[in-house]
Amino acid sequence: MRGIGAAFLLLAAVPAAARDLSPKAAQDMPAAAAQDMRPPPGASSCAGCHAAGAAMGAIAGRPEAEIATALAEYRSGARPASVMGRIAKGFSEAESRAIAAYVSRRPPE
Amino acid sequence: MTAPTRRDLICAAGAVLAFPKPSLAQGKPKVVVVGGGFGGASAARALLAGGLDVTLVEANATYTACPFSNEVIAGLQPMEAQRFGYDGVSGSGVRVVHAVAAAIDADRRRVTLADGATLPYDRLVLSPGIDLRFDAIPGYDEAAAEVMPHAWKAGVQTELLRRRIEAMPEGGTVVLSVPGNPYRCPPGPYERASLIAHVLKTRKPSAKLIVLDAKDVFSKQRLFEAAWASLYPSILEYVPLAGGGQVTGVDRATMTVRTDFSEYKADVACIIPPQRAGRIAVTAGVADRSGWCPIDPVTFESRLVPGIHVIGDAAIAGAMPKSAFSADAQAQVCALAVIDLLAGRAPEEPKLINTCYSLVAPGYGISIAGVYRPSGGVLADVEGAGGISPLDAPASLREQEAAYAADWYRTITRRVFG
Repeated sequence: MRGIGAAFLLLAAVPAAARDLSPKAAQDMPAAAAQDMRPPPGASSCAGCHAAGAAMGAIAGRPEAEIATALAEYRSGARPASVMGRIAKGFSEAESRAIAAYVSRRPPE
Repeated sequence: MTAPTRRDLICAAGAVLAFPKPSLAQGKPKVVVVGGGFGGASAARALLAGGLDVTLVEANATYTACPFSNEVIAGLQPMEAQRFGYDGVSGSGVRVVHAVAAAIDADRRRVTLADGATLPYDRLVLSPGIDLRFDAIPGYDEAAAEVMPHAWKAGVQTELLRRRIEAMPEGGTVVLSVPGNPYRCPPGPYERASLIAHVLKTRKPSAKLIVLDAKDVFSKQRLFEAAWASLYPSILEYVPLAGGGQVTGVDRATMTVRTDFSEYKADVACIIPPQRAGRIAVTAGVADRSGWCPIDPVTFESRLVPGIHVIGDAAIAGAMPKSAFSADAQAQVCALAVIDLLAGRAPEEPKLINTCYSLVAPGYGISIAGVYRPSGGVLADVEGAGGISPLDAPASLREQEAAYAADWYRTITRRVFG
């Protein structure tokens, strides 16, 4: 019994919107609910470089379409890049869209 | 009848599989993080953001960062720019304990500190970095490192090497020895070689640098070799393994570096010895016979001891290099997995990124990047992604990458320690 209680208590401590979000589900979420969403695969690495004041530029809170387009163009090679072309090729279109949705809903610094 | 949702199944699994009971009597689940470098400090903050009770154990009151320490050695960056306190980490809500973690009891899930105090945990994250192996090169022990600095842990060793190069006579010889894989920061020795060559070229043009390598192939090799040929042709001599580059012994009294084929008399010797995971990893039983820590590529949980996660340089992270960028990326993924596991959820399969810049001269930067995912039980390269800067790039791109390198360092240190 105690084990079940513990499992439920712990689940309750996590924001509902953070649970069980696949990248696909994340794309379909309303913006408000996505505030607490967890990063889709790859997205937690972006903050390694992207921040206000850096030449790489802040991306948190930028429009979703802008980020998705940039990732698509980096992936195809249409947009000149130093490292982003090499990184964007590691993500599918769906993964890139999920990252764009997540990053655009992060609060700007 | 409707199928059970994923959440129902996970709740049921959590109850049935009897995940180790978090210490709910004290409130939030407790996570202890040992090691306050890029991996540990980043993980502590991410775990805290996930609503956990987080204690960071770090022996030193100040962290001295390795990235950009080659620039300090070359006099291009002040030492102060490498030092970070923990006020930002503790101010974020992480309990920071400056103590040595002496022992780990994985069965009772607690960390014992050097003063005998104990810290209970529901899950433990180890980010212990590296220990230098002073048993690997005959003659190269801790006393020898005072004369022939490794400078592979930033701090007094970094300044020692800088001073020795500055004080070297005109026409002197610097010998730099590079270990075989794996080791912290794969391109780091070659960046160091480049920047030492830059110092010699600009201040002691008749001096020489001999790089003795225990391998034949290395990170960003074609970019480094092209830069060396154009910038330092008469200064830098590179000796690969096949050319007899493996160091077989040193003599600190005579400043001699030996290989199977030659003896090199050095005015300044920088010996980067082989390495292994930091001591606490061995104490905890999470390091294998290689000296490094096998991990699950989804959760970074030790393959050897349940409940303990290992990130950063100490981990065997497959294709991911041992870098500060990797440690931070692993910290973020590991923190999410720990939050999931403590909530009884199955962690999602991650993807991770590494980007690593090197300077070969001021204003001349090169990079390598990679994208990784779990495959066959290890972190593998995502095919078609990653790679190095173009070989035929214009000077403007080299300049841009040098600027990116500096901005990356400012960004990551501010986010992790600020």
